Amino acid sequence: MKYIDYVQLNPLQRAGYKIKTFFSNLPKNLAKFFVMLGNFFKNLVLGIGHSFANYGKRFAKGDWATKLSYIVMGAGNASKGQFIKGLLFLLIEAAYIVYMITFGSVYISKFGTLGTEEGGFKMVNGRFQNVDGDNSMLILLYGVMTIVITIIFLVFYIANTKSAYMVQQLKAEGKHIPTFKEDLKAFGDEKFHITLLSFPCLMIGVFSILPLIFMILIAFTNYRPPNLAPNALFTWQGLKTFAEVFDSKGGASMGHTFLVLTEWTIVWAIFATFLNYIMGMIVALMINKKGIKLKSLWRTLFVVTVAVPQFVTLLVMNQMLQLNTGAINIILQNLGMQQIDFINDSALVARITVIVINLWVGIPYTILITTGILMNIPADLYESATIDGAGPVKSFMKITLPYMLFVTTPYLITTFIGNINNFNVIYLLTNGAPTSEDLYQAGFTDLLVTWLFKLTMSSQDYNYAAAIGILVFIVCATLSLITFNLTKSAKDEEAFS
Amino acid sequence: MIKSYKLRRNLANALIYVILAVLGLIWISPLLWMVLHSFRAEGGSAVQYLIPETYSFKNYISLFTDTSQLDYPRWFLNTLVVAIFACIISTLSVLMVSYSFSRLRFKARRPLINVGMILGMFPGFMTMIAIYYLLKAMNLTQTLPALVICYSAGAGLGYQISKGFFDTIPRAMDEAATIDGATKNQIFWKIILPMSKPIVVYTVLTSFIGPWTDFILVRIIMGDNRANYTVSVGLQTMIAQQYIGKYFTRFLAGSTLVAIPITVLFLKMQSYYVEGVTAGGVKG
Repeated sequence: MKYIDYVQLNPLQRAGYKIKTFFSNLPKNLAKFFVMLGNFFKNLVLGIGHSFANYGKRFAKGDWATKLSYIVMGAGNASKGQFIKGLLFLLIEAAYIVYMITFGSVYISKFGTLGTEEGGFKMVNGRFQNVDGDNSMLILLYGVMTIVITIIFLVFYIANTKSAYMVQQLKAEGKHIPTFKEDLKAFGDEKFHITLLSFPCLMIGVFSILPLIFMILIAFTNYRPPNLAPNALFTWQGLKTFAEVFDSKGGASMGHTFLVLTEWTIVWAIFATFLNYIMGMIVALMINKKGIKLKSLWRTLFVVTVAVPQFVTLLVMNQMLQLNTGAINIILQNLGMQQIDFINDSALVARITVIVINLWVGIPYTILITTGILMNIPADLYESATIDGAGPVKSFMKITLPYMLFVTTPYLITTFIGNINNFNVIYLLTNGAPTSEDLYQAGFTDLLVTWLFKLTMSSQDYNYAAAIGILVFIVCATLSLITFNLTKSAKDEEAFS
Repeated sequence: MIKSYKLRRNLANALIYVILAVLGLIWISPLLWMVLHSFRAEGGSAVQYLIPETYSFKNYISLFTDTSQLDYPRWFLNTLVVAIFACIISTLSVLMVSYSFSRLRFKARRPLINVGMILGMFPGFMTMIAIYYLLKAMNLTQTLPALVICYSAGAGLGYQISKGFFDTIPRAMDEAATIDGATKNQIFWKIILPMSKPIVVYTVLTSFIGPWTDFILVRIIMGDNRANYTVSVGLQTMIAQQYIGKYFTRFLAGSTLVAIPITVLFLKMQSYYVEGVTAGGVKG
């Protein structure tokens, strides 16, 4: 369809057209995504292969010192006068060897089975005593750590051979070989990204990536009661964990709970994102309307609630919602109405309560973010709309909303994903209540993340928690992908420019 | 005709005033309730009336004097120390990462950006247990440095917003400086950073506030070591079953004391905050 045809459609047709193109493009986009993924892996493999080829080529062309540095790191550099650099390479190699001998090899060797010796109270030499067995958890953790360290070492090792070959070439061409001081200087200029990124990458590697790999692997083990380390062993069980998560046989099954909570998580995320967004914008428009005085007072009144930490406001809210003693129920009673059990009685009431309370949390945030952008909408758009006879509702639907949706799509995506993972509101307000016997370790207002938290902290079903974490990740990643594609198509339209 | 238009406008404005007043009351009332009851002289956890009958400073005073069981001043100090260190480390990390991704060009740039994006999509709690055992292996559990590490380690992943900001600074700046003989190091510290005050302030602000509001990690890392709690977990301890009767009003007083500095800080810096969020998260 050409743009000229598109403009002539009415809004309903436009929406229909958009939805239709989205779905008709979906296979294409998905295919594109998989091609992208395929290319990524192809490039990865090619890159690795390439570097191995270069690795061999360098060995063939290298002189004795370069060849030596394939075994003794830093030899090539040291033989050509770069003593400190050579020494540093040698130290890295020595440290790695010591690490592997004293620590790494033990855990790597047990990595395939996650331990075979069960510890505990046992008969040894005719006497009962406490025996230290294998700790599957530590084997897995340190095994992953050893693998990561080995990869890092390989990077240095390759860099060492490259560096050795490079100085050899420099010497052969009779060029100046950089001193250690000059090498250091390069880290402030052309290699500045290494200087800047090494510390954050190290921290992220140790405290984000390593734990993440560990937890992803946990999803493929049977690490849950009764196989809890350190007293019992757990081992690999492949995809069985996922089968168990989806298994909906029997009462209070995982599969049933998973379905109920996924449904609620999505409903919650939609309400929490769009209700807050639209109502926040309406309030922001009211505050910014021409002729309204004390703008900063109104704004501050709302924004204060963003500033106060959530664990304070939400815990106070929780107290205010209590039966008999909560402020809201006292007001209801004084008005001669019946008290309502907001949290513990029915699933529907509790769910509505959290959504409404979340309006209290979210609207000020929307006001804060959107006020500036709302002011950017050209005033003459509104004026001409008024002249054409549009009321405030119509101009909101026809001007404000489309403009804002267009400009703030990235913000909406991040908010939506943030709401899927919105732990604070649920945990502090209801902690998942009301609970039910039909749900495994969860209540009706639990989101997938709070369920994940409960599975880890109270029932210690670590492998289930890890599996759910992976599933949440897949949902979030798919959503970002789809919305990313949608915004790209919105960009092409150039509706507001 | 003109008269009726004016009348309608006035009516509309009056209606808006009423709505804003009602909404404002609803929004501020929980905070008002908290502050009022933090001065409540009658003890007990919850009372059957909305407005306290008698007021005193007793709750605030005993918060700082009666520290035998629950040591509020110590928690406050803990949080302050952790927040300062975490703030320094994470601000530096975020700025370093976002600057490299925005201004420097190197082979690993695209892959690293993608990895960062993917890592951000995993739910944060998933890794909690692994982090706990890592810290335990380092003999750091139940200590304050562990908290500093936890709050600042992943900071580099939050690069998007400040990267968005750095992207808006014209590249001609860098080029001119390079021609004048500046190294990239000098460009970063002497040219880009001074120009990026809003984003620096935003990063400092968010990373400083983080430790004051988090309560999950602290509980997992500190376990039962109450001496090293931060205020958020400490305050939650006050409303646990066995304490709530005696400590509820003190909980409100303590919460008020935490909320005030953060609120003041936030209100002062809200323009930076908005600029920070919208710079990276909004197009157009």
